[in-house]
Amino acid sequence: MSFGEAPAQITAISAGTSEPSTTRMLADRAAQAVVTRLRDSGRNTTVRVIELAPIAAEVARTLVSGLPTAAVQEAIGHLAAADAVIVSTPVYKAGLSGLFKSFIDVLDNDLLIAKPVLLAATAGSARHAMVADDHLRPLFAFLRALPAPTSLFAAPEDWGAADLSKRVDRAAGELVALIASGVSRDIADGGWSGYQHTFGGNATRAQRTAADIDLDSDLMRLARGET
Amino acid sequence: MQFGIFGVGDIAPDPTTGIPRSEAQRILDTVRVAKAADELGLDVFAVGEHHNPPFVSSSPPALLGYLAAETRQILLSTSITLITTNDPVRIAEDYAFVQHLAQGRLDLMLGRGNTVPVYPWFGQDIRQGIPLALENYNLLHRLWREDVVDWEGKFRTALQGFTATPRPLDGIPPFVWHGAIRTPEIAEQAAFYGNGYFANHILAPNFHFKPLIDFYRQRFADYGHGRAEDAFVGLGGQAFIAKRSQDAYDRFRPYFENYPMFRGTSLEQFAEGTPLSVGSPQEVIDKTLTFQEGFGDYQRQLWVVDLGSMPVELVLEQVELLATEVVPVLRKEMESRRAPGVPDAPTHGSLVAAAYGDGETRQARPRPNQGDNTSGALPYLDSDPEKPATMPRHA
Repeated sequence: MSFGEAPAQITAISAGTSEPSTTRMLADRAAQAVVTRLRDSGRNTTVRVIELAPIAAEVARTLVSGLPTAAVQEAIGHLAAADAVIVSTPVYKAGLSGLFKSFIDVLDNDLLIAKPVLLAATAGSARHAMVADDHLRPLFAFLRALPAPTSLFAAPEDWGAADLSKRVDRAAGELVALIASGVSRDIADGGWSGYQHTFGGNATRAQRTAADIDLDSDLMRLARGET
Repeated sequence: MQFGIFGVGDIAPDPTTGIPRSEAQRILDTVRVAKAADELGLDVFAVGEHHNPPFVSSSPPALLGYLAAETRQILLSTSITLITTNDPVRIAEDYAFVQHLAQGRLDLMLGRGNTVPVYPWFGQDIRQGIPLALENYNLLHRLWREDVVDWEGKFRTALQGFTATPRPLDGIPPFVWHGAIRTPEIAEQAAFYGNGYFANHILAPNFHFKPLIDFYRQRFADYGHGRAEDAFVGLGGQAFIAKRSQDAYDRFRPYFENYPMFRGTSLEQFAEGTPLSVGSPQEVIDKTLTFQEGFGDYQRQLWVVDLGSMPVELVLEQVELLATEVVPVLRKEMESRRAPGVPDAPTHGSLVAAAYGDGETRQARPRPNQGDNTSGALPYLDSDPEKPATMPRHA
């Protein structure tokens, strides 16, 4: 175990609603595989799981009022602090869960920039197998996150098949490789000012004090009457 | 410290009847509320600008010009004047005119406006909102301070040898507050010019805007206008008052929870999480004192008390409770907690005193028209010869 390195923080989001939920189970399997690999490589790891079902009404209220409730704010904080994120959503009506999308909709656009993300979806039929790649991948592309090349999908029959474990393991390996490479930090540190931001946002690199503000931009010069 | 009320002339269905007020009624109600605020001794009445239903307040200068005649002591202001979609030339003229009618009882708050379609209605583009606001204010600032302006910018036609009339009362432009809740550039502009900064934080979590206010304060000091704690800060608020706390919640709930913008929002949570104060006078006082604690000594507190769904009688009752039971206590409390030397917000009187002492104020007396459809290089008898117009035809 290496000393001096902060434990890796993994945040998993599950939009499953039943108890037990296969969506949550898939998130857990992925998280377990990621933690095992990180620990094997000598990196201490902590995992937080955000269940969206218990805060569903608060997510909706936040979306309508634009004002994050305490529970939603806490969840946003866990995402901001994460070194990597695992997202897991059920497929409803041939698409990703509305609850999941509503939660994503309340995030700052810059919250997940260059963050490694493992994409996962569950469905009642294998005919929805492309939802993770067709729906989740573009969504996280918009957020300029770094989805792992392999996404996870589980229909009922997959829970009895050894292949699911292999895919989980492969996806976890990819996510860990992204974490270990430091590529996230390189991208975000290297080009942070090139992305659009909101002052006082939730991203860990968000501008929060006068010291963070670039006073030399064109707009700042215009503010001072310079042309 | 100034205490007052502000609104935006919104109309929403009365939850008991389902019927919204007519525009005619809303306009007359707004006038009644402003007059009551004046009579009850509040310091500021501010009205916002909107250009689409269900808002009636498309013309704050017209309303404020009328109120100038109908009120005695209250300072008239805006919440806000659109610095993006209004031509700054027009703002300079309109508000200088009202400033004369109001004998100096006027200042204004400038903001960008976030209603997307309003921009194209006035020939502008919301994606240019920030540079538009910054450039327009730079021009407005000069129009009120220089008799003759040559100017070229990105967003409106160039001006050559232009004189905005009438010149501000006593040669002192109305004090300006810049309203912004997420834009450091606007705070920077307010700080650069030594103007006020108003954070209407009523729709955001408590103290969400503290970093921006701190930024404005620090930059105000950097530009040499005074200490950071001397910067001119205004805050929004929203209040519903009843003698007993539970009555306040019971009576306000239908107006709040049926109001289109707050539908689906719980009144208790909103009051807990945002600057909205619902409760007894003491509770409203206590909550407002947390603003001073959190943001530092500030100069202007405005409350929304006339949600568009509330009948005017109820609003008048709120104005009275605010003016008689809340504000007098807050005046004393805030004064006693105020750090030494922190100034009040500038008024026309204080600005005149600072500029002239006991001397005569400027009285702008125009020269005769020189035949070129402007008043020439030096339009007033006392225009500064160091700054003549440089019109091409005179070059």
